[in-house]
Amino acid sequence: MTGLRKGWRQAKWEEPLVYDIGDPERTGYIIPFRDEEEEMLRELGSEPEEALKGKGLLREEAPPLPGMSEVEVVRHFTRLSQMSYGVDVGPVPLGSCTMKYNPKISEAIVRDPRIAYLHPYQDEDTVQGLLEILYLLEKWLAELTGMDRCSLQLPAGAAGELTGALMIKKYFSDQGENRDEMLIPDSAHGTNPASAAMAGFKVIRIPSTQSGTVDLKAVEAVLGPRVAGMMLTNPNTLGIFEDKILELADMLHSNNSLLYYDGANLNGIMGLVRPGDMGFDIVHLNLHKTFSTPHGGGGPGAGVVCAKEPLVDYLPRPLVEKKGDKYYWDYRCEKCIGRMRAYYGNIVPLVKAFLYIASLGGEGLRETAIQSVINTNYFIALIRGAKGYELPYDPTRPRKHEVVISARPLERETGVRALDVAKALLDEGLHAPTIYFPLIVDEALMIEFTESEPRCEIERYANVLKKIAEKAYKNPEEVKKTPRNTAVTRLDDVAANHPRSVTPTYRVLLRRLKGEKLIL
Amino acid sequence: MLPWAPSANKKDREYMLKTIGVSDALELYSDVPSKALLRKPPMVGFGRILSEWELIRMVNDILDKNKYFTSPPPFLGGGICFHYVPAVIDSVISRNEFYTAYTPYQPEINQGLLQAFFEYQSLMADLLEMDVVNVSMYDWSTAAAEAMLAALRVTRRKKVLVANNVHPEHLEVIRTWLLGKNVEIRTIGFDEETGTIKLEELERNIDNGTAAVYIESPNYFGVLEQGLEAVADIAHKNGALFVVGVEPLSLGLIRPPGSYGADIVVGDAQPLGIGLNYGGPLLGIYATRWDRKLVRQMPGRLIGLTRTVDGEEQGFVMILQTREQHIRREKATSNITSNEALLAVAAAAFLTLLGGKGLRELARTIWIRSHYAAKKLRGIGVEAPYFSSEFFKEFVARFPKPYSEIHKHIRSKSIMGGLYLGDKPPLYDKHSALFCVTEAHSKKDIDLLVTTIGEAL
Repeated sequence: MTGLRKGWRQAKWEEPLVYDIGDPERTGYIIPFRDEEEEMLRELGSEPEEALKGKGLLREEAPPLPGMSEVEVVRHFTRLSQMSYGVDVGPVPLGSCTMKYNPKISEAIVRDPRIAYLHPYQDEDTVQGLLEILYLLEKWLAELTGMDRCSLQLPAGAAGELTGALMIKKYFSDQGENRDEMLIPDSAHGTNPASAAMAGFKVIRIPSTQSGTVDLKAVEAVLGPRVAGMMLTNPNTLGIFEDKILELADMLHSNNSLLYYDGANLNGIMGLVRPGDMGFDIVHLNLHKTFSTPHGGGGPGAGVVCAKEPLVDYLPRPLVEKKGDKYYWDYRCEKCIGRMRAYYGNIVPLVKAFLYIASLGGEGLRETAIQSVINTNYFIALIRGAKGYELPYDPTRPRKHEVVISARPLERETGVRALDVAKALLDEGLHAPTIYFPLIVDEALMIEFTESEPRCEIERYANVLKKIAEKAYKNPEEVKKTPRNTAVTRLDDVAANHPRSVTPTYRVLLRRLKGEKLIL
Repeated sequence: MLPWAPSANKKDREYMLKTIGVSDALELYSDVPSKALLRKPPMVGFGRILSEWELIRMVNDILDKNKYFTSPPPFLGGGICFHYVPAVIDSVISRNEFYTAYTPYQPEINQGLLQAFFEYQSLMADLLEMDVVNVSMYDWSTAAAEAMLAALRVTRRKKVLVANNVHPEHLEVIRTWLLGKNVEIRTIGFDEETGTIKLEELERNIDNGTAAVYIESPNYFGVLEQGLEAVADIAHKNGALFVVGVEPLSLGLIRPPGSYGADIVVGDAQPLGIGLNYGGPLLGIYATRWDRKLVRQMPGRLIGLTRTVDGEEQGFVMILQTREQHIRREKATSNITSNEALLAVAAAAFLTLLGGKGLRELARTIWIRSHYAAKKLRGIGVEAPYFSSEFFKEFVARFPKPYSEIHKHIRSKSIMGGLYLGDKPPLYDKHSALFCVTEAHSKKDIDLLVTTIGEAL
């Protein structure tokens, strides 16, 4: 092994805010066909300012936005990008986020003007290719989930959850039933209870058993005429497969309740187990997780909601249909909940998901899932028994897409918390896992490598975790002072959120600097 | 070889399985009920792994069935228009560190992304003259729905008033998102002559049970609402919030909502450097004035300026996260998690590329060209604009014969005309269409449109 460069550190630029670089008078943009403007103005006979001013519509001065040349824009944002970290830089094993590699070919294809330049209201005969892609994607996703139809309209997983919850709401209200309770396990993603509440449900929390799965007795105890359904992810957020899923589904169905599948954790079972075969009635998928579309620092992603009959009638409209060899949007909505967003969906991620499935096929997807599960369990084998960490809930059971380990021993014995471990990982050029989630695990480190991480990166990650624990036992204060190698050292969350200092925009900063007492 | 799974090779797999202590990978699925385990891979894709070149060939055949319009660009309106996106914008958001990042839960290693988000929030706040902007909502329609939900929480009331001249899909989305809330959504009519809302109808319908008044300006017809201070006054006198939907590019030239009393502002930043892409992804704007309740009830991600623990430097973190689902669960202000953050970076790059003056010039040129197009259409006997009030970028044109006939003719000349309104609320007028003219349309494009329409009249 060569001795190339030791000790990681992130780029650090003294890059100011755009307000300190630019000037409202400057611009890097040339307006197209500018030379024709005078002639058009002559024809009109009046300047926009005159027309607008009299009606009280004119903005008196240009907005105070700093302008920059193209060179400066590129440098500013390139420097900022160098102080950022994504999957293309190194592992981002955030549990339940499925941060897998994003194939470059998809990025290239979606920039094709035959996609990028399409207006959503173009005549249907001019978008037959795109509709064909959406039609096939829907078919494939229905097949993968074991559902009858899917709506591609949803812009994210949470929007999918809200859709599912609203479908359940309307389904029961159409039957004249007043079911206003939704069962949600204590290990569920926070979006589940939030979505259920937005749809007007009362959330009933279901505890987990010692083995980390849903407590069926607890479900039985609360089942009644007001229970509309249950929102569940399987494998759950501990990475454990709910092995009593068929019994659970039967139990709910015999109460005429519905079972909703949160697809955030599908990656480890894609192509092996279908939610439909497990007894789920409605499913949402996060295409920016399982189907490899990039997360973009927070989005855009895409959610898809699939349903079995008779719930298909409740899916948002329009849906893509095919008649002969023509594709079209079917807007008919007899029982449907309505539209969940304007236009047709987040087309760019939808096309990327289509390309992903097209590239891999059924067998490739299945092998991908298997590899992600091998990666998880390989990591468990490496970290098992490591000082400072433990594997809560039945350590003998294999995990699927992710695993949750606890830094509780480390915290108890050294005072070094999961948060400190996360920051110490950053110092080695590794992104931290999801921390303090699920809520049922103390000092949780929730780790999901996906299939994208090579074996050596998983080994390195395990080694660094062990090294951090070693350091903590020797000198806990050192670990608490991390990170030092990132663009900035540890940031003050308390000051950031304090009612007297919270500063969400430059405008508020200026008002504060002028001495205004702004309290939130 | 399995693409994008580096360890999916015989050597690594065998080693890893041995380390795990199983002989077959399927043993890792031993807890799945055998009834639910698929024996064979599902029938999706093309039955095998495709190489990149095969994928390109396959997609190319499909995409050839699409037709896009650049010469001239489409004249379609309906809340989304063809704008030219400078190449530099795509270059910025194609930076791998940005587009392959997750939400910056670890701020120290993602300062660049966080600064870009903070800059978006700040630039948008200055454009709107509002104090707080989140990063971001899905699109205009869902931002409007979330604003209604926030208003219901802030006021603890059960009724919202929505102008009937807002984008009909926005109205539909508001109705869907509020399905579970048991609230009344009442629409406020518009003046058939001017296209603006009827103030007296608003006054008649508002009461002390009203949570919000929602209007859009420009509205669905491209018409700029007038007397918005009066609307704000009516709303505020009744203790309701005034929620306004805006097209942000227009604000280079048009008065910003912060100047006439808006409490919450929503909109879509698609005109600010975001492509058409058949209508998605878009960038939902959500802003409030500085008010404890309005900010605390805000949905979505917020970035704030702070300092390092050692006090040496400044930096950025996600703030007020106790509003969000991962902490507050069923008591969260919204379930929103993934959003359209990367496009906020695009909008920030676009706004700085233009600068305040550049944005004003761009808005001005769009005003001039859209008015020129309307005037030219008037010259050949088309009612354009159909409504008498001032408009920006989009306008309704009414034709002496059904628009579908006109559309068919201009399509035959490779022009994608306006949006047919015969099957759309609130006009349902077979003779009308919604046109949009932007900086992407040259005078020649506009003249060609008018001449070609003239042939069909």
